[in-house]
Amino acid sequence: MAVTYRDWLLDDSPSSRLQAGLGRSYRVSMALARNPLAVAGALIILTLILMAAFAPWIAPYSATGQDLTNRLMPPSAQHWMGTDELGRDIFSRIIHGSRITLMIVTMVALISAPIGLVVGAVSGYFGGSTDRIMMGLTDIFLSMPKLILALAFVAALGPGIENAIIAIAITAWPVYARIARAETMTFRDAEFIAAVQLQGASSTRIILRHVLPLCASSTIVRVTLDMAGIILTAAGLGFLGLGAQPPLPEWGAMISRGRNFILDQWWVATMPGFAIILVSLGFCFLGDGLRDVLDPKQENKQ
Amino acid sequence: MTRPLLEIENLTVTFPTAQGPIEVVRNVSFTLGRERLGIVGESGSGKSMTGRSILKLIRPPGRVTADRMVFDGIDLAAQSDRQMRHLRGARISMIMQDPKFSLNPVMTVGAQIGEALQTHRPMARSELQARVLAMLEAVRIDGPERVAGLYPHQISGGMGQRVMIAMMLIPEPDLLIADEPTSALDVSVQAQVLDIIEELVSGKGMGLILISHDLNLVARYCDRILVMNSGEVVEECVASELANATHPYTRGLLAAMPRMNEDREELPVLDRSSWATGAGT
Amino acid sequence: MKQPAILLEELNISYGPTRIVHGVDLAIDEGESFALVGESGSGKTTILKAIAGLAPDWTGTISVLGRRRGHRPDRAFARDCQMVFQDPYGSLHPRKTVDDCLSEPLLVHGLKERDRRVKDALDAVGLDQRFRFRYPHQLSGGQRQRVAIARALMLTPKVMLLDEPTSALDVSVQAEILNLLKKLRREQGLTYMMVTHNLPVVSFLCDRLAVMRHGRIVEVADVSDLKSGTLEHSYSRELFIASGGEPAA
Repeated sequence: MAVTYRDWLLDDSPSSRLQAGLGRSYRVSMALARNPLAVAGALIILTLILMAAFAPWIAPYSATGQDLTNRLMPPSAQHWMGTDELGRDIFSRIIHGSRITLMIVTMVALISAPIGLVVGAVSGYFGGSTDRIMMGLTDIFLSMPKLILALAFVAALGPGIENAIIAIAITAWPVYARIARAETMTFRDAEFIAAVQLQGASSTRIILRHVLPLCASSTIVRVTLDMAGIILTAAGLGFLGLGAQPPLPEWGAMISRGRNFILDQWWVATMPGFAIILVSLGFCFLGDGLRDVLDPKQENKQ
Repeated sequence: MTRPLLEIENLTVTFPTAQGPIEVVRNVSFTLGRERLGIVGESGSGKSMTGRSILKLIRPPGRVTADRMVFDGIDLAAQSDRQMRHLRGARISMIMQDPKFSLNPVMTVGAQIGEALQTHRPMARSELQARVLAMLEAVRIDGPERVAGLYPHQISGGMGQRVMIAMMLIPEPDLLIADEPTSALDVSVQAQVLDIIEELVSGKGMGLILISHDLNLVARYCDRILVMNSGEVVEECVASELANATHPYTRGLLAAMPRMNEDREELPVLDRSSWATGAGT
Repeated sequence: MKQPAILLEELNISYGPTRIVHGVDLAIDEGESFALVGESGSGKTTILKAIAGLAPDWTGTISVLGRRRGHRPDRAFARDCQMVFQDPYGSLHPRKTVDDCLSEPLLVHGLKERDRRVKDALDAVGLDQRFRFRYPHQLSGGQRQRVAIARALMLTPKVMLLDEPTSALDVSVQAEILNLLKKLRREQGLTYMMVTHNLPVVSFLCDRLAVMRHGRIVEVADVSDLKSGTLEHSYSRELFIASGGEPAA
């Protein structure tokens, strides 16, 4: 059965739209599966997602429950990663923290990638003064250091996860706009775009249905690679006390709290640090793998 | 009788793919004297690969094997990369399809031609300059002094290709491989460029391999023709006898070409099934 | 009097500051197959693009089927006139299946019975139904050009603009596409305006031709003059001989 299913996916002459689309996805995932680093990255991300989804069931303790008799315990059989200054189990906090991390990353990607894509595609497609105005705006955002801009926004909007997400999203989109614009420029004058123009399709339709799908893969790659940066920025905001507020188990905030004990109780700051590094690495590996697979030049060789 | 300039026996070029190795050139054999040989075929026939493998320009993972590959007594298969670099340009030259990609955009035309000569035969600057101008004149460029000082983007496609020819022929090689030298050019310029190649090649007694998809063009400018299809030579004939070709593929190609005085209602289409050995799309 | 399918009057076309086409007048009858020949830079493709609305910087008059043409592509015009491009590798969207590509014009114009129309179009250009859900990279050059022709036919236009439709193809594939174009014209009563530098192709497919040089038409002739080698202008003769024609005695 498995063989026939695979044959159906790899059929050279698919008999429906669905089969053609699935076949393409299958080929992309097979190519991805041949890249060991990408697989490692995907596994890390998958673990993160599972951890976030089943946090209450996985975590042995509550994330916020204090136990002052067990303050600052080193890693042991009861507390795999030790406890913090309020006696909370660090392992449980990291597991619950994965929800926050995942939410930040997803929300930022969902807000900034579409904005960037649309701004870039519109700018690249129309060119001329539209392009100059929109790219000027993009450049203003691009020229400011990410963390500082995010800080300014959080300072204006007030601390909290939601505001941190908005602040990071605002600083993240210009890069995607640049990429989408560059990509759009390369095929703006291509004959397949001219052909749809000749069919009387509106500019909105051409941008949404013909231009964006082509920019999407390079943006997806870039977003995946940027995830690490987003996590670090979020952690940075948390570290500075401008992101998630206590007692939320945000990883950056956890490092910040553990700073006071870093010399004597190293695990308090180190464990969430490891979590950040591991997840960042996972996104980087996956992004690199995706780049190899989604690169249109590679695809022609299939 | 003099020995042949180039002997190729059972040349095979293999490329590995996900579906297993593919032989893009299969058991091609020919000998070349100081004459003009045309290799014709459609895209994917392996004609360009044949030309490139003579200069050992096939990059890994492509693999070239041959029972015999001898150029003027030199066994090409045994040559190291470094020895090949001395052969390329000095003894065997190659003209590519599009001059735009073959000329260095930040060097003047004269400097590039001069360099082509200088690398193989160091000489005094004044002598070099004289040789470059003489060569530009030989490829029928008016005002060689002026053109020598121009950059590639300042000259037309036809002139660019003539500059390429000058560059390739100035070290006086024994064999010239021209891979679709005129496909990027207009018809009227095509004839000029080919006339120049022909004149220089026969004037200097060189060997020429002209690789093209255009049967008529090859028939007009060559002594002998090899017709290639999916990696194999299917027909070898004297150029003037092309009209009497026997292989169904060659006959099919000839028939499929519209003529200037066309009165057929429909062009005959190649029936590939009669000989093709499972050529892919 | 019958109105011409394409009428060009005093057409000047510019790209930025340079004028490419100078004062072209041309009338192509309905049902005719007309060729515009010339070398690169002669402005022949530019005229085609101006008619299609892809080269908006022109002055003069362009009428298609009696209607004055605007400077940009528009929906009503799309039903009358479509274009087939030179490069079959660049004219199909790399991420869309043949089916998407052929359905798109139907969706844009809100036409019903998409499934049947796509099937019919594939039949008309001689492509098997199993190609319907393939991506362009799974097709050969000739198959791609068939898809491009099918796409142009989806809106059942009366006038087809052909920009060197076979110059990127192998000889044997070129023959198939030329046969197809001839068959479609006969079956659907199309008017062709084809740009090419290949005179034998003109001889096979066209009724009349215009020879262009430096943005001007130097000669309009019947294709019988081409076949017999009796073109009048010296430049036309030059082209004729360079293309391998035997001049009339």
